[in-house]
Amino acid sequence: MSAAKRAIRDVYGDTLAQLGRENENIVALDADVGSSSKSIVFGKEFPNRYFNVGIAEANMVAMAAGLATAGKIPFANTFAAFMVLRAGDPVRSLIAYTKLNVKLAGTYAGLSDSYDGASHHAIADIAFMRSLPNMTVISISDPVEAELATRAAAEFKGPLYLRLSRAEVPVVLDKASYDFKIGKGVTLVDGADLTIVATGYMLIKALEAAELLSAKGIKARVVNIHTIKPIDRELLIACAKETGAIVTAEEHNVYGGLGSAVAEVLSTSCPVPIEFVGIEDVFAESGDYEKLLAKYGLSAANIVARAQKVLKRK
Amino acid sequence: MSLKPESKANLERLCAKFRQDLIKLLHGIQTGHPGGSLSSAEILTTLYFEKLNVDAKKPKDANRDRFVLGKGHAAPMLYMILAEKGFFPQDDLVTLRQLDSKLQGHPCALKTCGVELSTGPLGLGLSAGLGMAMAARLDGLDYRTIVLMGDGELQEGIVWEAAMSAAKFKADNLLVIVDNNGVQLDGTLQEIMPMGDIAAKWRAFGWHVIDIDGHRVDEISTAVDQAKTIKGQPTVIIAKTVKGKGVSFMEGQSAWHGKPISKDDYEQAMKELEVTL
Repeated sequence: MSAAKRAIRDVYGDTLAQLGRENENIVALDADVGSSSKSIVFGKEFPNRYFNVGIAEANMVAMAAGLATAGKIPFANTFAAFMVLRAGDPVRSLIAYTKLNVKLAGTYAGLSDSYDGASHHAIADIAFMRSLPNMTVISISDPVEAELATRAAAEFKGPLYLRLSRAEVPVVLDKASYDFKIGKGVTLVDGADLTIVATGYMLIKALEAAELLSAKGIKARVVNIHTIKPIDRELLIACAKETGAIVTAEEHNVYGGLGSAVAEVLSTSCPVPIEFVGIEDVFAESGDYEKLLAKYGLSAANIVARAQKVLKRK
Repeated sequence: MSLKPESKANLERLCAKFRQDLIKLLHGIQTGHPGGSLSSAEILTTLYFEKLNVDAKKPKDANRDRFVLGKGHAAPMLYMILAEKGFFPQDDLVTLRQLDSKLQGHPCALKTCGVELSTGPLGLGLSAGLGMAMAARLDGLDYRTIVLMGDGELQEGIVWEAAMSAAKFKADNLLVIVDNNGVQLDGTLQEIMPMGDIAAKWRAFGWHVIDIDGHRVDEISTAVDQAKTIKGQPTVIIAKTVKGKGVSFMEGQSAWHGKPISKDDYEQAMKELEVTL
């Protein structure tokens, strides 16, 4: 594991600008958080293709829909909480309903905007987005994945939600060998005792947990599910069959997110014990990001505890 | 350029026919929105038969004008016009709102040829129309985007977000027409949510405003042409109309926003409309 860290949003901003250089049909929109989402990097280089609509998220997303009907590839940017809550209507009624080719980039997802408090945390966005027909949902773990996923989003045809963190995250994936394909989960650590299925920043916690478990003689498999919808059913079923127990880990409410998606697949196809690591249906609070994650159970230690628990249920 | 007498006569004949066909259709299926469809008859007919550059043979032509029915509940009137223009067969009209139909209760761009944007949830059409107008600018194309909105629709907050944006982006290739019939689902605008001076509101948001009688095809035609000459800012035409226009007992009545038409009401309505045809 490399110690190098980069902010996910910086990688996203740089990648978006690079995509802008490669394809003139790419346009970007923001709702007055361009300096936070880093869409401003694109905006500075391509002012004519950048629409900052002010603090008006619904208008931004509906405008993106209009641009997409004419063949543009819009990236709409705002905080994940507001992408869902303020712009939810055009996301559903225009983009998902009519399969418009709009990329919805929700930054500051999970608790990553930690000091701003629960008003700015996004813990229901996966649940909303994956309940919309036609929507593809991608959650980004590390800086390498941020670049590859943003690039894949631009090439993908159709409505797509890109879940981005504000946080500085260590590089854990090897850019040269990492194979990012929308809809395909990736096994990063092999193991036969149980599978930890993680998404977003919780992948890093899952990798730490696997090391801690290994020291206790428990061999955990670690799978990165970056595409929460459509989810990689084959891989999940194989993991359930081969390891017999699952722990899911996500920076989202345990209701409706990755854990629910995994349970939906396995309960009908290969029922095995599952434990869920996520926000336990509460509003969190302001504070230091890592301390906040730890307090609300989004830690390697809690994944280890849940792993030990799920093994007893095997 | 003012409307030629024969064009005016043709539009008026079409409007009378569409009104009759609408009542027949909505009576037949016992669902749908007569009031707001009737108030926008002249606006929609004038746009589609005199103004819009659209061709059923080339429905995806890059430089076609884009029409967005912001007030999606007026779909029945739009569908009759699209059928008349040849976007789909007339026989499809009776399938409106029924299972397996391409004609949904509110317009669906995926299912219906000629529908540019799915609408229904009010207020989204203007923002999306602005997106279309910006795409035209980026592509160096001279097509216009025209959005027809209800006056009740103006109560949605997103409308004013979009109005601000269109002024900021100097969207002079975007035209809004407000079907100002003064009535919404639960009652009159005055009762439910008074809108005050609608023209002053748009002006304050940076728009050029043209006031017309929305049942006079010549006024509609002139205003749409005039809007094209306004540069550096978007234009809104506020078209004064009557909800349920043409059927005496529906006129100005919120109850006819979306109500099944009984046999007696149907016969009475058809009698009145036959006189105008």
